[in-house]
Amino acid sequence: MSKDIRIKKGLEIKLKGKAEKVVSVASRSKVFAIVPSQIHGVIPKLVVKVGDKVKAGDPIFFSKKMEEVKFSSPVSGEIIEINRGAKRKILNIKIAADATDSYKDFGIKNPTELSSEDVKAHLLASGCWPFIKQRPYDVVANPADQPKAIFISSFSSAPLAADDSFALANEQKEFQTGIDALKKLTTGKVHLAVDGTTNTFFNQVTGVEIHNVYGKHPAGNVGVQIHFIDPINQGDRVWVINPQDVAIIGRLFLHGKFDASRTIALAGSEVVKPQYVKTTLGADLSEIIVKNVPNKNVRVISGNVLTGININQEKFLGFYDNLVTVIPEGNHYEFLGWHPFIGNHKLSINRAFFSWLTPNKEYALDTNLNGEERAFVVTGEMEKVMPMDIFPMQLLKATLANDIEKMENLGIYEVAPEDFALVEFVSTSKIEAQEIIRKGLDLMIEEVG
Amino acid sequence: MNFLRKQLDKIKPNFDKGGKFEKYAPVYFAFDTFLFVPNHTTKKGAHVRDGNDLKRLMYVVVLALLPALFFGMWNVGYQHYSQLPNPTNDPNFVFPFMDVFMFGALKVIPMVIVSYVVGLGIEFLFAISRGHEVNEGYLVTGMLIPLIMPVDLPLWMLAISVVFAVVIGKEVFGGTGMNIMNPALIARAFAFFSYAPYMSGDKVWVADASTIDGVSGETILGTLASNNPINYSVFDTFMGYVPGSIGETSVLMILIGAALLIYTGVASWRIMLAGVVGASVMGLLFNAWGVNALMQFPWWEHLLVGGFAFGIVFMATDPVTAAQTNTGKWIYGFLIGIFAIMIRVFNGAYPEGIMMAILLMNVFSPTIDHYVVQGNINRRKKRLAKNLKTA
Repeated sequence: MSKDIRIKKGLEIKLKGKAEKVVSVASRSKVFAIVPSQIHGVIPKLVVKVGDKVKAGDPIFFSKKMEEVKFSSPVSGEIIEINRGAKRKILNIKIAADATDSYKDFGIKNPTELSSEDVKAHLLASGCWPFIKQRPYDVVANPADQPKAIFISSFSSAPLAADDSFALANEQKEFQTGIDALKKLTTGKVHLAVDGTTNTFFNQVTGVEIHNVYGKHPAGNVGVQIHFIDPINQGDRVWVINPQDVAIIGRLFLHGKFDASRTIALAGSEVVKPQYVKTTLGADLSEIIVKNVPNKNVRVISGNVLTGININQEKFLGFYDNLVTVIPEGNHYEFLGWHPFIGNHKLSINRAFFSWLTPNKEYALDTNLNGEERAFVVTGEMEKVMPMDIFPMQLLKATLANDIEKMENLGIYEVAPEDFALVEFVSTSKIEAQEIIRKGLDLMIEEVG
Repeated sequence: MNFLRKQLDKIKPNFDKGGKFEKYAPVYFAFDTFLFVPNHTTKKGAHVRDGNDLKRLMYVVVLALLPALFFGMWNVGYQHYSQLPNPTNDPNFVFPFMDVFMFGALKVIPMVIVSYVVGLGIEFLFAISRGHEVNEGYLVTGMLIPLIMPVDLPLWMLAISVVFAVVIGKEVFGGTGMNIMNPALIARAFAFFSYAPYMSGDKVWVADASTIDGVSGETILGTLASNNPINYSVFDTFMGYVPGSIGETSVLMILIGAALLIYTGVASWRIMLAGVVGASVMGLLFNAWGVNALMQFPWWEHLLVGGFAFGIVFMATDPVTAAQTNTGKWIYGFLIGIFAIMIRVFNGAYPEGIMMAILLMNVFSPTIDHYVVQGNINRRKKRLAKNLKTA
């Protein structure tokens, strides 16, 4: 039985540069990279060395803690660089791509005819497994677990988010096959949350429980949806996965290959022609960005402006991302910029700006912190953007104090860092809420597991 | 502005790590960030941030206090001159507005200056010794303190009260955001208990009342406490044409400030509303009981006299010391209202109860929050228990 979820609290951040629904095929990137730090909690063990030739789908490394979890090359080519940082930590593995991909053959299979174990083994062998993440803790799922349910949010409510119903319009069959495979992984249900205001092919997907979700960001966050559909209790395990990655799994079963291509949105106020681009996980996007972004003082983000990764240095598409946002850097001074009622180019939930008078205005926000970090002072602002039945400030304080019992009591299992992105955005004291929650979750993994 | 920026950038290296005046970096940065919102960009987490910051927030509160401040200046002069004998033969003679205002301004401005210089001086010292930035909290506290003092308080007493409030009330806890009780009220409580003759009675509320014969001025609450009839109209008390602490008398000006605070969302309307409701309930109860002048005093007039309005709008709503949960704010505000009127009525020696009520509830606000948060925890635990049963 599906139920409607209506979310009242939250904040819609309207930014300039929404991607137009046109797909351009980018010229093939010459270099691809896998950045292990984007896959939180995984310590990579390499199975390749510089100079090795790989096909798309050949394993590059596996997780030290869960050896069956393999990470595959998204393209065929040659390993050209393995960069290490302090303590020999692997920063990235770069692959020079062949002109056309040759795929490792995994064989065409029908997931509905396979056993749960076979589906799992197939996903693990092909490198599709890491797309499945676990809540609580927001880490790669442990194949040994039996999840209570699997949740998929078919839409993102984040600023300038890519519309996956558009990106996957030609791959409905692949998506459905992916769902069929995922269904084998849980004895519970597969929940698919759809944007209640639209009717897309997601509404026609079978074998799932469909939930209509209405409301402002973070309505599209899967964590928020879980909270309203079937909240996570202590000891529970549920799995989540992004829609485009469901399609990647579908391609594996339908076509027998690991095809990690994604249709991403290139958006943001600094992009000349914001639109969709077909590319692949790990692709070097610097060529596309040079072509589309004339300004140099910009920040390139893999993901959305609230939770994305800064890829200014090396512009590789993130492991889980279907969006690249380019916004201006805010490294400038502003004379008496704190003065109330001036500076209405900035967005604020506080009415010491006039920006609330123009709710439909699209902003070109930059990366200025708009102040300095301070102790917690203002109360009540975080609650305005936290739709879950959770006290955000109290949970943050308990987390800062490493008070595990209190964190449990206040609902740490129900949250992921992304659920605190808006809390971080509105914080007058510029509290780094996402980082605090991430550290708290890591502490829980260590202490509770 | 570029010139100013260049000059600042020129001297900045002296304050950076390894610079000549590295130790005094907090002082430099306090001025630099006051003049210019810094060029800091987001390093981790959300790449864009809300435009609001603590400086803007605190400055909104200072703006909200300005009507009460300017009216206070005028009223100090008005209370003084209205008691002087008419210097002319013209029975319709009124002292010129500017004379009245300037008299008050010359009394009040030194107090504001002393409050800011002493308070910010201590804040800077602590910032230097601890190596952290100067917090903006004192911008508000420094304005609040003179507004809740009687005009004739000697400046050195004011200075000592400020020292006590900032050091004991705030810095020992770790500075803005960490304190338990409202620092401005601590200053007033300190002055009240240390220099009682200068803080209560019928000689302190009107400028020079103690030195000029025939000039006296009791507050309305003082009059009521000694069971005397009051000779001010409701209109006077609403407009603020009555003796009292500098900023507290005019309900109209306070309401203007309250409107700004509620409109901008800077202060909690929940606390203000709950406080008014609490005070009204208590006032009604006393009206029904009614054995002395204070009890018989109409409940709604309780809201207009004394420091109630000022306290509930500007002091009870301090986010650091108030309850932090929304439900907690209702309870906290309501109890402040109740206690303010209760102390006012029962404690004849000291009829102004709002200060004590707020300080008391400051202490109890974590307890209130604890029980509110516990409700959330219990819901979660119940869900877990139910889940275990069905599993």
